[in-house]
Amino acid sequence: MNSTTVNINSPSQAERLMNMSKKIVSKFTDVMLLPMVGIAIFLFLWNISAKSIHTSLGEFPGPNAVIEQFYSLYDEHVTEGKKAEAFYQRQEVRNAAKLAKNPNYVAKIRTYTGKETFLDQIITSLVTVTAGFLLAAIIAIPLGIWMGLNKRLNSAFNPIVQVFKPVSPLAWLPLVTMVVSALYVSDDPMVSKSFLTSMITVSLCSLWPMLINTSIGVSSIDSDLLNVSKVLRLPTLTHIQKIVLPASVPMIFTGMRLSFGVAWMVLIAAEMLAQNPGLGKFVWDEFQNGSSNSLARIMAAVIVIGFIGFLLDRVMLQIQQKVSWDKSL
Amino acid sequence: MSWKKSIVSTLKNAALTIALSLSVTSIANSEALGEPEKEELKFGFIKLTDMAPIAVAYENGYFEDEGLYVTIEAQANWKVLLNGVIDGSLDGAHMLAGQPIAATMGYGTKAHIITPFSMDLNGNAITVSNDTWKKMKPNIPKMADGRPVHPIKADSLKPVIDQYKDEGKPFKMGMVFPVSTHNYELRYWLAAGGIHPGYYAPHKGDSSGQIDADALLSVTPPPQMPSTMEAGTIEGYCVGEPWNQQAVFKNIGVPVVTDYEVWKDNPEKVFGITAEFAAKYPNTTVRLTRALIRAAKWLDENNNANRPAAVKILSQSNYVGADYDVIANSMTGTFEYEKGDKRAVPDFNVFFRYNATYPYYSDAIWYLTQMRRWGQISEDKSDQWYKDLAAKVYRPDIYVAAAKSLIADKIIPANEFPDFATETGFKSPQKHFIDDTVYDGTQPNAYLEKFKIGLKKGDKL
Repeated sequence: MNSTTVNINSPSQAERLMNMSKKIVSKFTDVMLLPMVGIAIFLFLWNISAKSIHTSLGEFPGPNAVIEQFYSLYDEHVTEGKKAEAFYQRQEVRNAAKLAKNPNYVAKIRTYTGKETFLDQIITSLVTVTAGFLLAAIIAIPLGIWMGLNKRLNSAFNPIVQVFKPVSPLAWLPLVTMVVSALYVSDDPMVSKSFLTSMITVSLCSLWPMLINTSIGVSSIDSDLLNVSKVLRLPTLTHIQKIVLPASVPMIFTGMRLSFGVAWMVLIAAEMLAQNPGLGKFVWDEFQNGSSNSLARIMAAVIVIGFIGFLLDRVMLQIQQKVSWDKSL
Repeated sequence: MSWKKSIVSTLKNAALTIALSLSVTSIANSEALGEPEKEELKFGFIKLTDMAPIAVAYENGYFEDEGLYVTIEAQANWKVLLNGVIDGSLDGAHMLAGQPIAATMGYGTKAHIITPFSMDLNGNAITVSNDTWKKMKPNIPKMADGRPVHPIKADSLKPVIDQYKDEGKPFKMGMVFPVSTHNYELRYWLAAGGIHPGYYAPHKGDSSGQIDADALLSVTPPPQMPSTMEAGTIEGYCVGEPWNQQAVFKNIGVPVVTDYEVWKDNPEKVFGITAEFAAKYPNTTVRLTRALIRAAKWLDENNNANRPAAVKILSQSNYVGADYDVIANSMTGTFEYEKGDKRAVPDFNVFFRYNATYPYYSDAIWYLTQMRRWGQISEDKSDQWYKDLAAKVYRPDIYVAAAKSLIADKIIPANEFPDFATETGFKSPQKHFIDDTVYDGTQPNAYLEKFKIGLKKGDKL
């Protein structure tokens, strides 16, 4: 008997082991190997086709040329950092000399006046997109909740939302530029006009997905929940806080995630035209420079833009899953 | 980490020594001049090699020597740049010589802009597309070795344009701005070859400049010239460097004539600031002029010895950003016309020699005569009007103050400047134009009568 049970058991154990290892292998293939193969095929095709495209700025950059530009962009960042350090040193010495001569002189440390490097430009872009997105969220979410709660308001606003939703950032930009230069007048501005222009353009375009999703989320709350609130006679604010918000959070965050994607896409175009010193300006400047490295640098920027967009989306997804009670979404 | 620290500390020491030596000079200067009222400045420029004095004054620390902390920013086009200076988002900028004059006169946006410093002489060229060049070439006289005789006159382009006219097609060319030096140079060259470039009629609201035109000129920003011609939108253009040499490198066109050949040693760019800025910050104005004069001198010093270093600065992506070779072609004293036909033009870019930095009234008046010739000034004006306007815009007084303090500080010897005691601001009559017409800045109306094509006394469209 014993021998038979062992005989029966041992193949099944082996089988289980086999299955497990198969699962691991297939998971490994799905997560690691297949994407690697995909990237390899893409790089290969890119390399081949790049060689056969001849532009007036030379050959279209292949993967190698782009990697080279990543190195040179990093080198530029390091060199500029050293120049900035020297700049601050000189400034300190000069301020000290001025103070020695004139004790009333108010010494001031000015920020480095040299050029923005690629890394600085990435940071500028991230700051701009976040600011624009937050501005849009501050407007869109309360408005969306209000529209969701009030059917009449919803019908009144809906046509406006539908008309403005598909408008391209390029159409908004000239209007925003003129309005910003007319209204934003100050001797010592906190932020530059180009930053404001890009930020507002981003807000105008990323407003709509959030607004629509929030209002749909709020208006489609389970009627049982609403009835509970009615029975308890909850005041409006408590009703929103305890019932509406928790129930519509998944939809709100879906809207926010969509909006952030739109915001990032719009930002590059806005920065190109408004000359905000971010990634969009980098692409535009390189296009204007027309040097033999320009195309490879633009391609490097394209990859960085894509990668950051992907990361931003992941971050939003993580937040969405954290705050949502409905884990199936 | 220790190696990193040691590098940082050596750097700090090096920076300190440099800074100390620099601050010593700045202390010596400041005694005579007084501190700058505004220390943080932002200057605009267009991606052209003749912005070099600004880049050099920054990179060589001349601005910092004056206690000025300058940020330099590329602008999208000349209109954006001018608006930036007018609305105060820029403190000063690299400008077309015609811009301060036109703005002060009220042609286009009205604002009182002045210039204490003329940035350079020459530096432009006229380029035509390969196709047009092929049609022009048979009409050009050749030298013994088969290369075309220079300067090439627009006479050789005239049959090509006549052919376009017969076929009912427009012949289009690009220039960078309605009041740009390029517009007037291109017009001058075309008109000297019997091709009418068209009149403006601002009093009738016509700012296209294409009335009666044989060749239709329109505005394109400098960096976009080559790609616009490549796309076939225009058949040729007049622009500054490196955008002519880039056409040669990209194999899309052939520069036919430099502005040096159209008018030898013509004034090109100026440094423009508002009159309000100069009045509010007199010390800052003189100090920035000092820094720019020093930069211009460095660019021309020892027979252009510093030009390769300057080209290296300009090829950085935040300045002009084109390839070193493309910029070097014109900046280091040679100019490539047709591919392979490289000729020596040592004075293609002049920054300091021949008193290039002094703001001459006669230069301003030349631009005014051309504005009148092509109808941008729609009515006759007296000679005195020309002189008064020139004196309102060109400010040799600021230049002289800056130059004298540089002489006193023994940074530049007095013999490198004009003799300020006798200088009137009018150059003696200039002869070297492509059509051999003599220009005397004191007689603008008489000068206008000399042209075959163009508005004359009493003409009104």
